[in-house]
Amino acid sequence: MASATKMKGSLFGQRQVKILVDLFTYVVLAVVGIIFIMPFAWMVANSFKDIRGIYTYPPEFIPEVWHFENYTEAWTMTHFDAGFLNSAIVAAAVVLGQLFTASLAGYSFARLRYPGRDKIFLLYISLMMVPFTVLLIPLYVQMRYFNWISTLQAVIVPFLFTPWGTFMMRQFMVTIPRELEDAARIDGCGFFRTYWLIILPLTKPALATLAIFTFVNTWNSFQWPLIVLGKPKVKTLPLLLASFQNQSGMRTPWHLIMAAATFVVIPVLIAFVVGQKYYVRGIVTSGIKGGG
Amino acid sequence: MAATIKARRDGESLWAAKIREFRGAFTGLRREESIAGYLFLLPNLIGFLVFMLFPILFAFYIMLTDWSLAKAPEFIGLKNFDTMVNDRLFWKSLGNSFYYTFVAVPTGIFIAFWLALALNRKMRGIIFFRTVYFLPQITLTVAAATVWRWIYQPEIGMINHALEWLGIDGPKWIHDTKWAMPSVIIMSNWQGIGFAMLILLAGLQGIPEEYYEAASIDGASGWQRMRYVTLPMLSPAFFFVVVTSLIGAFQAFDQFYILTEGGPAHATTPLTLYIFQNAFTFFKMGYGAALAAVLFVIILIITIIQWHLARRWVFGFDEDE
Repeated sequence: MASATKMKGSLFGQRQVKILVDLFTYVVLAVVGIIFIMPFAWMVANSFKDIRGIYTYPPEFIPEVWHFENYTEAWTMTHFDAGFLNSAIVAAAVVLGQLFTASLAGYSFARLRYPGRDKIFLLYISLMMVPFTVLLIPLYVQMRYFNWISTLQAVIVPFLFTPWGTFMMRQFMVTIPRELEDAARIDGCGFFRTYWLIILPLTKPALATLAIFTFVNTWNSFQWPLIVLGKPKVKTLPLLLASFQNQSGMRTPWHLIMAAATFVVIPVLIAFVVGQKYYVRGIVTSGIKGGG
Repeated sequence: MAATIKARRDGESLWAAKIREFRGAFTGLRREESIAGYLFLLPNLIGFLVFMLFPILFAFYIMLTDWSLAKAPEFIGLKNFDTMVNDRLFWKSLGNSFYYTFVAVPTGIFIAFWLALALNRKMRGIIFFRTVYFLPQITLTVAAATVWRWIYQPEIGMINHALEWLGIDGPKWIHDTKWAMPSVIIMSNWQGIGFAMLILLAGLQGIPEEYYEAASIDGASGWQRMRYVTLPMLSPAFFFVVVTSLIGAFQAFDQFYILTEGGPAHATTPLTLYIFQNAFTFFKMGYGAALAAVLFVIILIITIIQWHLARRWVFGFDEDE
């Protein structure tokens, strides 16, 4: 590509070359973009078809008749209202819990001096590397001992703390100028008030990053809920979606499955579009997409 | 370690000094700060000890047992690892994990690199394209894999319709032992590329413009600018992407579970799925934990190798602490 540009450079001059390369780039970006968007478009388009429309040959992209009732049908067939509630409870609890524990511990690691602090911190970052797959089995056995199988506690409580988030908070808080705190301390603020009134407001960008990361990961989480949430009543959305496509019989009702997939995806898409700035920054600065 | 003890008195043992120092932290002015420090850490530390450190230690015990959960665990030493050596499916799934990882990661990073280069041009609408490429990344894998399962259907799927239109008789994709793994890899790269692309794009944007100007003044061609400015400056970002992608690929689970369920004929059963099946379908906790330990060791070794190799190709690697 580079040598081609150079050749053209001698023919057209620099401005024209830039326009040509830009044009070429746009074409490539658009083609790739269509490939990336196609599965989404296909999903949404087919969520409005009826079963015959799905199996029509040759296939049609735009549905002949728009079957909006697919959504209500998919919703009731899969008990998605309970699923939505479960997913929302879990996501909210985990996000709030992580923000709280991670920012408190981050402050402790970043600012307060006490014996053993750095050793504990080192232990945190070294265990951050342990893959979640290693934890699956022992954690599952633990959940059985706690009698938490098929309860929402099992997908909430173990995730109320986060080594990665704590690490991120600590790194962010270290960069906050100390003078602000010292002024508060001199004015007689205790440690908790200093944390609450001075540090937390200044940590908003990092908190937003952690919140959106945790929300997306928790909402999308599949493997662990699959293991611990057996009863239909407590299942989260990804589990319902997965079991929906397994229980379907001979002629897979793809139109309903696509409708279900569409409304499971929508909350995360909204979260992403709203918080894109923070999400992108989170990836770029610390760059770890949590598992689980 | 001993350096942290500020003043060790004559004849005082190391531990005595440590204890004295620890006590000192709880007297006078420092008392309040030490207590606050521990209290602030406490909620997090409890979670860490109960749901991370303990399970890790517990895993070491479980992998040495024969345990179906119905009965008490039976201690069998290293027998699980002995079983593994002769377990054909273990080797098959191990091979699958390597196949998936070492095809999906390089191809994904290669494509991500070209996309990042394209997105790094100063043009209108770049943010739009960046968002589009990133959307699959935040889509839950279960939904994405569900859609792709259907895209791959031989008779009614989108891909084979498109191929037919081009006059090509498409394969059976996820139903064909040869094509099943490539199918998973294509879907995973579609989904995961946004991550590598973003990191590399950030890396590209961090390269100072002056470097390119200086290279141009020295008469460097486009290829030379790429070879001697872009690639070395981008190597830390590449390193990060390679390490995290390899770790992530070895742990991939959702797409295998939904898209192919490990089949056909175990052609797409990676180690993660095999661990899951052993532990939660056959309830062989001990064997599952032993398999998980193998996965961990593999990830550890590959990460260590990466850090060692990094010295040769990552720019400024030794200067970091």
